[in-house]
Amino acid sequence: MIVLENTPSAVLVLAVGVLCGTGVYLLLERPLTRVLLGFILLSNGVNLMLLVAGGRAGASPVVGNAPPGERMSDPLAQAMILTAIVITLALTAFVLALAYRSWQLHGHDEVADDVEDRRVARQAALNAPAYEDADAAETGESLDEEAAEVYDEVADDGGRDDRPRPGGQGGEP
Amino acid sequence: MIDLDALWSAQTLVPLPVLLPLFAAGLTLALHRFANVQRTISVAALATTTVASGALMVAADSGPVVVDVGGWAAPVGIALVADRLAALMVTVSCVMLLCVLLYSLGQGIAEGEEPSDGMVAGAIPVAIFHPTYLVLAAGVANAFLSGDLFNLYVGFEILLAASSVLLTLGGTAERVRAGSVYIVVALLSSVLFLSAIALVYAATGTVNMAQLAERLPEVDPTVRLALQLLLLLAFGIKAAIFPLSAWLPDSYPTAPAPVTAVFAGLLTKVGVYSILRTQTLLFPDDAVVDRVLMVLALATMVVGILGAVAQNDVKRLLSFTLVSHIGFMLFGVALASEAGTAAAIFYVVHHISVQTALFLVVGLVEWRGGSTSLDRLGGLARLAPALAVLFFVPALNLAGIPPLSGFLGKVGLLTAGVEDGSGLAWVLVVGSVVTSLLTLYAVVKAWNKAFWQAAPPEIVADVPLPKGLVWPAGTLVALGVALTVVAGPLYGYAERAARTSMDGFTYVNAVFPDGADRGTGESVDVSADTEELP
Repeated sequence: MIVLENTPSAVLVLAVGVLCGTGVYLLLERPLTRVLLGFILLSNGVNLMLLVAGGRAGASPVVGNAPPGERMSDPLAQAMILTAIVITLALTAFVLALAYRSWQLHGHDEVADDVEDRRVARQAALNAPAYEDADAAETGESLDEEAAEVYDEVADDGGRDDRPRPGGQGGEP
Repeated sequence: MIDLDALWSAQTLVPLPVLLPLFAAGLTLALHRFANVQRTISVAALATTTVASGALMVAADSGPVVVDVGGWAAPVGIALVADRLAALMVTVSCVMLLCVLLYSLGQGIAEGEEPSDGMVAGAIPVAIFHPTYLVLAAGVANAFLSGDLFNLYVGFEILLAASSVLLTLGGTAERVRAGSVYIVVALLSSVLFLSAIALVYAATGTVNMAQLAERLPEVDPTVRLALQLLLLLAFGIKAAIFPLSAWLPDSYPTAPAPVTAVFAGLLTKVGVYSILRTQTLLFPDDAVVDRVLMVLALATMVVGILGAVAQNDVKRLLSFTLVSHIGFMLFGVALASEAGTAAAIFYVVHHISVQTALFLVVGLVEWRGGSTSLDRLGGLARLAPALAVLFFVPALNLAGIPPLSGFLGKVGLLTAGVEDGSGLAWVLVVGSVVTSLLTLYAVVKAWNKAFWQAAPPEIVADVPLPKGLVWPAGTLVALGVALTVVAGPLYGYAERAARTSMDGFTYVNAVFPDGADRGTGESVDVSADTEELP
């Protein structure tokens, strides 16, 4: 039942952490090539993790080859890593092609926002002051004060809404 | 390796849904110069696969059929397991894939005749459509049939690679953008899945699902919860569950109509299937996670359908309804009862057929009206009555109007929810009804604008619809309606499938017929075993 006969090597675990951390950082970038580098780092980190999962290193896992009494290393973990490496290779090639095509078309490989997303976000921005106005009017007690507040809010929100919108990020309704 | 008697048993059928499309993919790639030969091979391969998987579905009804790939027994080698659930999913997928293939032949995207703006005709090797499509079929079948977590990962990767190629077919600017979003999200979920596999292997020493079902209960509950959540996270991205669903409406609508139809019908369902397996086989009896899944199901339904209501493009509208209705299936799974699981399985079958049909019909709408934007469409009910019928029936089916299969699936889910009786289940029951009504609102809005409002002058009258497109789409619509006719037996099958996947031991016993583990899955012991043999 217990696979890890002793605690895993700290160096490997640290390497997994560093690779995954840097990988995630790069994955959050906009240009596709950086995302790709992030993915490569990340998948190498995970491959190392599989290696750690396979337990301590031992003699080569060929039956009859190991000196008697010595423990063999786990071939299954290595088989899984090999498969994962091959898959990563294929997908890396594909993403590279995609980045190149993007560069051909636009001169850069940054992933653009969706057009529809931007449209929906712009509509939301246009509608925003109108909603604020209506809500404020309903809760009004003293008309003069409320009117002044509403005016301020609308002016504020109008200003605030105009600034961060152009990217249209997070426009998903 | 296999003796002659075994050649004619049900076991022979199990690898066919994976092998046939893969071999055919190789052949079509080699024969890429001969378009007609390519078509014949693709259709023949998928038709044979459909027949084989149908036979497999019948065979699996009397017990799961297990094949040890390469003749290596289960914990050491990889097992393909066709129980009722897997066989049903494979069969439905094959039927769907075949219909969409015929549609794409009618549309001629394989030949690069697709009337798409910005398409550089002749410059693109579109002969790759057939091989890629067949590889996708093999990947989907592999994911459904896999009895091994790592093989499931391989299945996912096969279909991911194929789907990325299909999504960026032609390499136009819009598709490259959509493809970038899609592949980055998909890669992330694959990496998460792979790390989950590494941790599962470290914790239990095996990746065989039947053996995992035996060993996971012995694992420390905290570790088990972490493994479960990591797996669900990876599958949740694939299935487009609410906080992880934003990629789907961004990436699906730009692809050619048949490609979007296949993706909408199949890819998310592979994620749902994996969640179902994780929850029933690997981590049964887990009330906390089930409650979390219920909340997520509700969020997926409501947020998805509100997104659909806001859209002004039919393809995007349908993509959002797709996300929303994943919530229904998740609801059934999260109930963790036989009734809930059965309803979820039936709903998956219904949703595959109806969502694919709708996307194919929208492809026709685009062909006829020249756009998918609701502002530029109109008058199609008068100009193309046949098209109107083709859209109307699956649209009502999606919304769940009786007596169509969507209604039956929803009634099943609601009944299961009421049976559950908890407060959260009641909230979900109400949420499901509201979502159904909003779905009706969304599709009726599409109907009003595209079919009933006055036709814009750009749409010319008296253009007959291409028969090559109408027949496959019509067949799928008819199949969706036929689901109502066969709903009794199908629901019975889904209930039996739910029962065997809930009880746990049927699956494990099928993979390990000798009762105990035939091997421990640890390489040390395995090598010791084989050393003793000579």
